Amino acid sequence: MSNVLDQSPATRAELPKAATGIGGLDEITGGGLPRGRPTLVCGGAGCGKTMLAAEFLVRGAVEQGEPGVFMMFEESAAELTENMRSIGFDLDELQRRKLLVLDHVHIERTEIEETGEYDLEGLFIRLGHAIDTIGAKRVVLDTIEALFAGLPNHAVLRAELRRLFRWLKDRGMTAVITGERGDNSLTRYGLEEYVADCVIILDHRIVEQVSTRRLRVIKYRGSAHGTNEYPFLIGEKGLSVLPITSLRLDHDALDERVSTGVAGLDSMLGGQGVFRGSSVLVSGSPGTGKSTLGVSFAEAACRRGEKALYFAYEESESQLFRNMRSIGLDLARWERESLLHVHASRPTLHGLEQHLVRMYELVRQWQPRVVVVDPISNLSIESRDIALKPALMRLIDFLKHQGVTAMFTSLTSDSEHALADSEVGVSSLMDTWLLLTNRESNSERIRTVQVLKSRGMAHSNQVREFVMTDHGVDMIDVYISGSQVLTGSARVRAARSEQSGIPGGSKGQ
Amino acid sequence: MMSSPVPTFDTLPDAATAVPEWQLKLYVAGQTAKSMAALDNLKRVCETHLAGRYAIEVVDLLVNPRLAAGDQILAVPTLVRKVPEPIRKIIGDLSNEERVLVGLDVRPLKRAA
Repeated sequence: MSNVLDQSPATRAELPKAATGIGGLDEITGGGLPRGRPTLVCGGAGCGKTMLAAEFLVRGAVEQGEPGVFMMFEESAAELTENMRSIGFDLDELQRRKLLVLDHVHIERTEIEETGEYDLEGLFIRLGHAIDTIGAKRVVLDTIEALFAGLPNHAVLRAELRRLFRWLKDRGMTAVITGERGDNSLTRYGLEEYVADCVIILDHRIVEQVSTRRLRVIKYRGSAHGTNEYPFLIGEKGLSVLPITSLRLDHDALDERVSTGVAGLDSMLGGQGVFRGSSVLVSGSPGTGKSTLGVSFAEAACRRGEKALYFAYEESESQLFRNMRSIGLDLARWERESLLHVHASRPTLHGLEQHLVRMYELVRQWQPRVVVVDPISNLSIESRDIALKPALMRLIDFLKHQGVTAMFTSLTSDSEHALADSEVGVSSLMDTWLLLTNRESNSERIRTVQVLKSRGMAHSNQVREFVMTDHGVDMIDVYISGSQVLTGSARVRAARSEQSGIPGGSKGQ
Repeated sequence: MMSSPVPTFDTLPDAATAVPEWQLKLYVAGQTAKSMAALDNLKRVCETHLAGRYAIEVVDLLVNPRLAAGDQILAVPTLVRKVPEPIRKIIGDLSNEERVLVGLDVRPLKRAA
């Protein structure tokens, strides 16, 4: 994924940065958090502050070779260790390897009496000792505001916090300080006053009963940064942030062509299929064979020995496998050979953007050459359709940059006229647009496919009939009788009568 | 004595009881004015109200930084009442005798007895 910031490397070098290793965050910030300075991460309860801080520390220790101290004021060390294990980080192991120190600072207001002057030198000594033991480069204070509840004298506390942040800077620590979101200020106790180098806000919002986490860098002294709100996800492998604003059109156009998996369809598309790295939209009403086409496309990739990723938002994996077996597409085999990965999930599980984050994650991780999304129309609730286009644009951009050929299916209403309207949002993003229809005539339904558009190649303008056989999708040759293109039984009848008219011709099978 | 990492038992009374009734730990960071004042104030309060029944251990965190985590010390000076339980903490230079007595939960009626 390219940087969202269009900056020359020369200006980037101004401020040294410490990579967080968190997918997407380093891109938004142009390389990470300010090295040797404190960063404030604030947000409401349960918005992922601790997770972000912990991941910053763990990835720093493991990937950047920078040991870290995690000083926690709310959670206990055991709780944090358990939580982090759920996303695959073993804090115990890191502590054994001297890459991490966990220190739980706990003060019980009820057991403390205050008389006379004091300072928080004890906290400094504890932190300093922890830093010295492992030679730490990174520090997390989560959530130091808890001290305000524990210590009655806020004047002393404020003075000491100011001294603490200065002290961290002097020691060259790249620090993350978390803070609870306040009513009128960024943090409840105004920590932003002391930590002014970089401020990141996390947010957890419910829109239409679907929760979305968002991240925004509101301040980054001495560095350009992405200013938008970026959706992020706490996934199985930690946080990932999705940079949105890649609206540049600078991907390479590839001349190579890839088969759609249906020979007849390839021939309609200039005889060679679609361009590699292009995007294909398959529209159709229910039961027109969209998924079948999608699977054929993925299966063809596997046959070529390329990896394919299939997002199924309607069927479970085993249901898909069973159904496709009936038309002779053995997906289980490709999965066994690690060429196919099916990701089946309920569309309502996440918001649209969370789905996108998950897609990004999987594409990055699995590195497929071909991606099928079945269907995109299910990804958003009707009223939020307005979000679909920008989200898809991002996805398509991303896939194109990776050189991935993508097929999206889309469910449309049965009426052909409504189609152009319903797809007007996304079709312009697509390079190739196929329309599948079910025609009913003469008491039979006939499946047809037509190419509505296909950029950069000669393509057939015929409506072609196709059937699902036990060995996949078969296009039926165009049968022209007189001035008419015949389909279905009309075609068979015409073929019969023509055959029988040929002298010595065999009887039709 | 201030900088000694070894626990220092200040007072051991009649030797009848090996374990003093009141065991107090004073955490300081170096010999600052605040910590000296705290120790002086503590000694005075103890001599007045707990004479012969107490022991004070002074822990200098500059010498023994790892001890800070054990008793959850943040502020210095901090006085910790280890025995009798439950643990109580008093932060500050202990300049207010009344507050110290409240903090330690010592009834100052001993003198009258």
